[in-house]
Amino acid sequence: MADQSRYGLNKELAQMLKGGVIMDVTTPEQARIAEEAGACAVMALERIPADIRAAGGVSRMSDPKMIKGIQDAVSIPVMAKCRIGHFVEAQILEAIEIDYIDESEVLSPADDVYHIDKTAFKVPFVCGARDLGEALRRIGEGASMIRTKGEPGTGDVVQAVSHMRAMNRQIAELGAIRDDEVYEYAKQFQVPLDLARYVHENGRLPVVNFAAGGIATPADAALMMQLGADGVFVGSGIFKSGNPAKRAAAIVRAVTDYNDPEVLAEVSEDLGEAMVGINKDEIDKLENISMAERGQ
Amino acid sequence: MSAIGVLALQGAFREHEDVLSDLGAECFEIRKRADLDRPMDGLVIPGGESTVMGKLIRDMGMAGPLRAKIEGGMPVLGTCAGMILLAEDVVGGTSCLGTMPVTVRRNAYGRQLGSFSARGNFCGREIPLEFIRAPAVASVGEGVSVLCEHDGLPVAVRYGNQIATAFHPELTDDRTVHSMFLGEL
Repeated sequence: MADQSRYGLNKELAQMLKGGVIMDVTTPEQARIAEEAGACAVMALERIPADIRAAGGVSRMSDPKMIKGIQDAVSIPVMAKCRIGHFVEAQILEAIEIDYIDESEVLSPADDVYHIDKTAFKVPFVCGARDLGEALRRIGEGASMIRTKGEPGTGDVVQAVSHMRAMNRQIAELGAIRDDEVYEYAKQFQVPLDLARYVHENGRLPVVNFAAGGIATPADAALMMQLGADGVFVGSGIFKSGNPAKRAAAIVRAVTDYNDPEVLAEVSEDLGEAMVGINKDEIDKLENISMAERGQ
Repeated sequence: MSAIGVLALQGAFREHEDVLSDLGAECFEIRKRADLDRPMDGLVIPGGESTVMGKLIRDMGMAGPLRAKIEGGMPVLGTCAGMILLAEDVVGGTSCLGTMPVTVRRNAYGRQLGSFSARGNFCGREIPLEFIRAPAVASVGEGVSVLCEHDGLPVAVRYGNQIATAFHPELTDDRTVHSMFLGEL
């Protein structure tokens, strides 16, 4: 690790985002709506995952000018996505002082073998993971925050649920084995030994873990929180819905009061149309892309 | 044993609970207005995003009851976003509880690349200071004492029963700030 104190500060920013909602926005106006609704950060991108899916083709980092417009519009942290393995896109995002880089499977991967060496950067990275192995490999590469991959742009929460459950189950399993079995575990799951040891001893990831992918309603958000997420990303779910400001505020409240069904009932009322969505089976049928399988 | 209410609407509230429990205090989470009716000897407002916490405090009708408790003399510790919520004036933002006569500037050190670790003298003791997209105290009103400075700017202040820090004592192993707070109960 190039600079341990910088890495510590980057993990700590993720700690400050806990219990919050990070929202995808494509314009300064949407960013302001998100901030006013109580987003703890925004993800600046040209097209939300649902539209990336619909448009097809190669999907890349957003125009820096567009990102800067969003940075100027809000006072909360601004994140942006770069392609898996595209360390030059990451250098560009660092140059415009982005608060967090999402090395994201939502964009077309730029490298089919290597992820970015995130230890070479001062800005923090968040990466997607479907299970403990992917999470520890990304943390080993320098990620200071993890999120589930889910199946972005679908409005279908099933993948995020399955990833979160897999992660929790594997953390429990690693905690339950004998100390002298951790070496073999690290070898088998191809994860750094020190990180496997950390999870074995502490029963949790060494970084904050958010839920992402397919979260469309306050109930979806609360479901992920009850399953142990530290917070949620909402991508297409807000600005693809009938009443973005109201839905955004409702999801924020649901993440704070995730254990209170009465509040959840109240905020779920009268939100207008949710995003239409597409499910994983339909994706397979249509031979559309499964983004979750990118970058293991 | 003292019971400390930790505002748990968003942010790093669990980190405070861990430190306080470690020091032998009993904690509970304040998640809704009714939680403010529980017997409480002290209050902690944690770090997180001040815009989010401020909105939730207002939406849940908690601003009035919180202000009444603080003005009634209940010891309170606010860190980072907590300091912003206590401040009477917020440059480029809106004041939330406004119980402490200080002016703070949000994101005073810039974006995440401006976050930093340092050490500073807190009431005669050198302690680690973690600044995460931190605010700065631009000016202090009458009756406010400065507990710690960094680069000539106040980064920890006290006004009667209220202690506020721009840095995050809950993220280090040093217990100086929390011990001072518990000493007030």
